[in-house]
Amino acid sequence: MGQIIGVWIAAGLTLMIFSFLYKDNPFYKFAEHVYVGVSAAYTCFYTWDYFLMPKLINPLLQHHWLVIIPGIFGAMMLTRWFPRSAWVSRWPIAVSVGVASGLVVVQYMQGFVIPQIQNTLLPIAGPAVTFNNPITNLWNHPLNNLIIIVGTVTTLVYFYFSKKHKGFIGGTAKVGIIFIMVAFGASFGYTVMARISLLIGRIHFLINDWLLPLFRSLTH
Amino acid sequence: MSIWERMSKVDRRIIYLLLSLVVIIPIVFRIPSTIAVSESAQMAYDAVDRLPAGTPIIFSTDFDPASMPELRPMMTAVLRHAFKKKLKVIMMGHWPTGIPLSTIILEEVAQEFKAEYGVDYINIGYRPGAGLVMIQMGREIRSVFDIDIQGNPLDSLPMMRQVHNYSDIGLIACFEAGAMGDIWVIYAWGRFGVNIIMGTTAVVTPDAYPYLAARQIEGLIGGMAGAAAYEKLVEHPDKAMIRMSSQAWAHILIIVFIIIGNIGYFMMRRAERIKKRGTV
Repeated sequence: MGQIIGVWIAAGLTLMIFSFLYKDNPFYKFAEHVYVGVSAAYTCFYTWDYFLMPKLINPLLQHHWLVIIPGIFGAMMLTRWFPRSAWVSRWPIAVSVGVASGLVVVQYMQGFVIPQIQNTLLPIAGPAVTFNNPITNLWNHPLNNLIIIVGTVTTLVYFYFSKKHKGFIGGTAKVGIIFIMVAFGASFGYTVMARISLLIGRIHFLINDWLLPLFRSLTH
Repeated sequence: MSIWERMSKVDRRIIYLLLSLVVIIPIVFRIPSTIAVSESAQMAYDAVDRLPAGTPIIFSTDFDPASMPELRPMMTAVLRHAFKKKLKVIMMGHWPTGIPLSTIILEEVAQEFKAEYGVDYINIGYRPGAGLVMIQMGREIRSVFDIDIQGNPLDSLPMMRQVHNYSDIGLIACFEAGAMGDIWVIYAWGRFGVNIIMGTTAVVTPDAYPYLAARQIEGLIGGMAGAAAYEKLVEHPDKAMIRMSSQAWAHILIIVFIIIGNIGYFMMRRAERIKKRGTV
């Protein structure tokens, strides 16, 4: 019974949200507000259960007094609500920014920038060194390396603004724009695919989990 | 309004109606579609398939119910593969709102394979901090996940007794609706060299390809098409394969509308040019 009620609520809220396709209406507004309210309540519960309890309250109850320091820093963040003492929140922000920067700078170089640069340093001719999969030979096509090299260089030239985009630099930048547009096109195509997938998921739910069982229960 | 103008400004309600029809009809009449297995999905499958039985594999739930239509079938298919291969599944996540969802998926698939909690799989849930959590897991998983989602200490679970950090993990399968996949690659692969496969929503897929090209990840399952390909590879047709027919027809419809819109636009431009020439 609980599951049936759940399915009816989900189906009702889905249809309320879909009603926006026609025009804004009170049913859509109701569903939107329910979503915001439920999300906020869920976030509050998770913040308490997964942040404050295991990381602050429980260690304090077990007399691990060191957690008082991050606890005080966390409490200092709350001073942002009061204009007179808002400056106090800059200290914990400074700590967060410092720690995050230290971590990110090193890790991005090690885990992102260097491997990606390495992958661009390819021989112009010959098969790609990145893949050797026998299923399709698309990845192994000799032109791939050339495309990657030309695409990377021309795109970098496009983002070089210290000289006017005229003559050789202008021409190279124009080639770079073509690569950028192809990347935008691929991203847009994938985005359309994702949005259609979401629509299909909802319609699949409405038909298989809501309408078909309803139809079966009415006919039997 | 001329025919060209009408073609370039089709009423959005007509588009909605036709799109609904091409989505609903294949689902209702179960119209099959051909699923082509992409090389990136095959590579992900091979990465899981290479692992010997008993190897721990981490599943990271980095999505929420909003991305469920794409990532739920994908995670289900990879979980089926893992349980079929008798791998030890460790479920976790960096999106708190995804944990209840992945718990449902894990329990469903575990039941299908009669897997036992604590012996064949565990669920350690969520801890805040993402990058810091990943770094600490590289040293000792217990330093961040001291208990599982049910409150059991990790050492009390038989499959975790020998598992301490990434060197005991065969593979990380992360399912991404945002940028958490980048963080997995940058922190877990970059610092510890752990093998990763990524399952992504279609929106995220183009951003993940550079990692595959640089072999920073072992495979990539992109969008619903990737999920359908994985279902085909594990020989267990399910939701993604059923939905791919609607997806294909919807894409055809969108392409048709793009062509119609462009014909209308260019013909209108041509008509305007001719009109201008006439007035000059």
